[in-house]
Amino acid sequence: MSRNPYVRPVSKTGWWLKQPRYMRYMSREVTCIFIGALAMLMLWGLKRLSEGPAAYETFLASLRSPPGVLMLLLILAFSVHNATSWFNVTPKAMPVQIGEEFLAGKYIVGAHYAVWLLASLVVLLMAGVF
Amino acid sequence: MTPLKQRLVQLEVLRYDPEKDKAPRYQNYEVMCNEEWVVLDALTAVKESIDPTLNFRWSCHMAVCGSCGMMVNGEPKLSCHAFLRDYQGVIRVEPLANFPIERDLVTVADDFIDKLKRVKPYLIPKEKKTIEQGEFKQTPAQLMKYRQFSMCINCMLCYAACPEYSLQPKFIGPAAITLAHRYNLDSRDGGRDERQEVIATNEGVWECSFVGACSEVCPKAVDPAGALQQVKVASTLDWFKEHLLPGGKK
Repeated sequence: MSRNPYVRPVSKTGWWLKQPRYMRYMSREVTCIFIGALAMLMLWGLKRLSEGPAAYETFLASLRSPPGVLMLLLILAFSVHNATSWFNVTPKAMPVQIGEEFLAGKYIVGAHYAVWLLASLVVLLMAGVF
Repeated sequence: MTPLKQRLVQLEVLRYDPEKDKAPRYQNYEVMCNEEWVVLDALTAVKESIDPTLNFRWSCHMAVCGSCGMMVNGEPKLSCHAFLRDYQGVIRVEPLANFPIERDLVTVADDFIDKLKRVKPYLIPKEKKTIEQGEFKQTPAQLMKYRQFSMCINCMLCYAACPEYSLQPKFIGPAAITLAHRYNLDSRDGGRDERQEVIATNEGVWECSFVGACSEVCPKAVDPAGALQQVKVASTLDWFKEHLLPGGKK
């Protein structure tokens, strides 16, 4: 009897199509492209601001155009997916033990949503929405 | 007493004979089973009544030994815990994914065993004690800190589910890192520095990108994905302590 183990080939590119849970993971990972795009957009806005009021107004006008609004909506949707998918797994990374029991995950997740809401309100307040 | 309900079960089993086959091939079987049986029972019925050459591992038949892990319809499962009543049509049974096939449904587990040894999954006492000095005591709260992670039965389902391990076989992987974490959390243990050298590395916890599949397939609700994220947090805190705090050890 001889040993001759067989190693099954692995697809380097199509592996994530094999399982719904891998697709869920990729849907979370792909959000980084949109978060990255938002960061680049903010940097671009800063550059335009440094070039004077006229340049900055042109930048703002381009954001208000239909393609600009569509892009911002896409970024918002993917950012929300990114944030919520990470918030929902925080109890795994940060368990809180009180005596012999662990704090229920919903409180840890809930605290993240509460801080998010608070931060959003502060930003909206600073932007003069209220 | 009502007789047990019977059902003709169709199995599609991946076979591999290392002495004859160049690659694995599927073989179909039809076997009469009790509705209450599990996939492992169906395989045993095939071996006893149809094909004695079919090879598979098992031992306890009660989800404790961790020997009978297989892919059942593409999902890593303990075959003793995969109930026939949960499956319709042809049931496809394959060896655990991400491990070389030794023969039929038997995989080569050497890589996992080697990684398990490297993380030193045993108590390395903080202080040496003689038997006369008595036992190392622990409060229930100290036990609860790591108890969940101590439930691992080394069944390797988490490795079969992990795409990181599949793409990067050097990855130490979910179960081994979880067991390292289990001992690191133990109040009696003093071996964390030794284990960190193995697990707080690129091949260790930083290879994990938190797919979370390991926790979804774990038959003992160990939550390896949770353990790995906790190791990441603890290792990051170590880095900050070393590099940012005055007098931090290098």
